[in-house]
Amino acid sequence: MSEKKPSGKYTTVSIPRTLYTRIQKLIEGKGFKSVSDYVTYVLREVVAMHESEVQEEPFTKEDLEEIKKRLRALGYI
Amino acid sequence: MVSKPHGGRLVYRVLKDSRRERILDEISELPRVDIDRDTAVDLENIAYGIYSPLTGFMVREDFESVLDLMRLSNDLPWTMPITLDVSKEDAESFEEGDQIAIYSEGTPIATMVVEDIYEYDKKNYARMVFKTEDPNHPGVARVYNKRELLVGGPIELLNHLPNQYERYTLRPIETRVVFRERGWRTIVGFQTRNAPHIGHEYIQKTSLAFVDGLFINPVIGRKKPGDFRDEVILKAYETLIANYYPKKSVVLSIVRYEMKYAGPREAIHHAIMRKNFGCTHFIVGRDHAGVGNYYGPYEAQEIFNEFPDLGITPLFFREFFYCRRCGGIVHEKICPHDENVRLRFSGTMIRRHIMEGKAPPEEVIRPEVAETILSFEKPFVE
Ligand SMILES: [Zn+2]
Repeated sequence: MSEKKPSGKYTTVSIPRTLYTRIQKLIEGKGFKSVSDYVTYVLREVVAMHESEVQEEPFTKEDLEEIKKRLRALGYI
Repeated sequence: MVSKPHGGRLVYRVLKDSRRERILDEISELPRVDIDRDTAVDLENIAYGIYSPLTGFMVREDFESVLDLMRLSNDLPWTMPITLDVSKEDAESFEEGDQIAIYSEGTPIATMVVEDIYEYDKKNYARMVFKTEDPNHPGVARVYNKRELLVGGPIELLNHLPNQYERYTLRPIETRVVFRERGWRTIVGFQTRNAPHIGHEYIQKTSLAFVDGLFINPVIGRKKPGDFRDEVILKAYETLIANYYPKKSVVLSIVRYEMKYAGPREAIHHAIMRKNFGCTHFIVGRDHAGVGNYYGPYEAQEIFNEFPDLGITPLFFREFFYCRRCGGIVHEKICPHDENVRLRFSGTMIRRHIMEGKAPPEEVIRPEVAETILSFEKPFVE
């Protein structure tokens, strides 16, 4: 990683003050402790959505045949 | 599609064939660490990807991040520390970068590359995870019994722990194939440590109404006197499924796991485990993974609000009961009637009937299931 790793559990990012005020109004009485809380929540939701959907299988074609053999023998498929 | 594993890639760290044999041949040359049953079960779950994305026991950075933020250091949701404890004397025989051999009950079960050796504060561990420092809490007691140091690093499994229920044991690489072969896109996971009564059946069937498949996943682990024996739970479920479930919509298989009784935090952990098995949904009932009065009855449901990126959808249930006025199985949200017309599914009441060799009322437990349970000479752990 080229960026210096921030120390501590939290770090700061900047957002426009207008957005900050807008969020402040939005979250009034909605259970978020702060604008930071809300921004963290929303970002995690969005980031998880954007993360790659491709998944490497940890097994080969031959492994898969072995797996299916056992599953058939046990009556699962 | 079947749910993607937590962190995106299913972990599989089980050695076989020549590599396994070569390591076993040379195992006596490695520094040796003996671990208890709980830790060995965690190790096996890491190896089979049930704890994906963990590839080993936690290093300090992850351990502390999990305690403080309920996330791994890469920000993925993770609520339970998964740790390997060693004594100071153990730690004298190796250093960071070394490969060590891990033994359970005298058998080498894995190797591990030591990445981190660190001290930790047991009281803080207990307070953060269990919300109490009370040594009477069974999870806290186990933390207090751990050795002084923690060791982190990736593991590779060499030998399974003995498994009496191998025939009922499916690992995530297998359940994922089963779900795919059956064409299921949405799967709800149900965790249990009990023989099924009608309340369980209704929770499962209500969930199944909204998804393609139901994954019943009993936890096999340490039991206390008065609990149903594992074999009884499995046979009771087989009977229930054979008589009352569309067989093509259900998969029954076990997972070996030692309960920590961390209530809300452990509910998240249980959900992540089922996500790794391929579930898209997970059932969370009243006082999930709770013990005594340490957690509020619905705290294990509320905690899910903190994890918008968990990647598995929790389904929250209140308790079901039989209502004579409604004339069926209902719950608080749909039944307006008084307590005196309601029949609750009390574990104590079921146990009392079974102990007397009698079937509990049909409104509480299916007669076929009761018969199966009663066919065992000793259905309960003594
Ligand atoms: Zn009613």
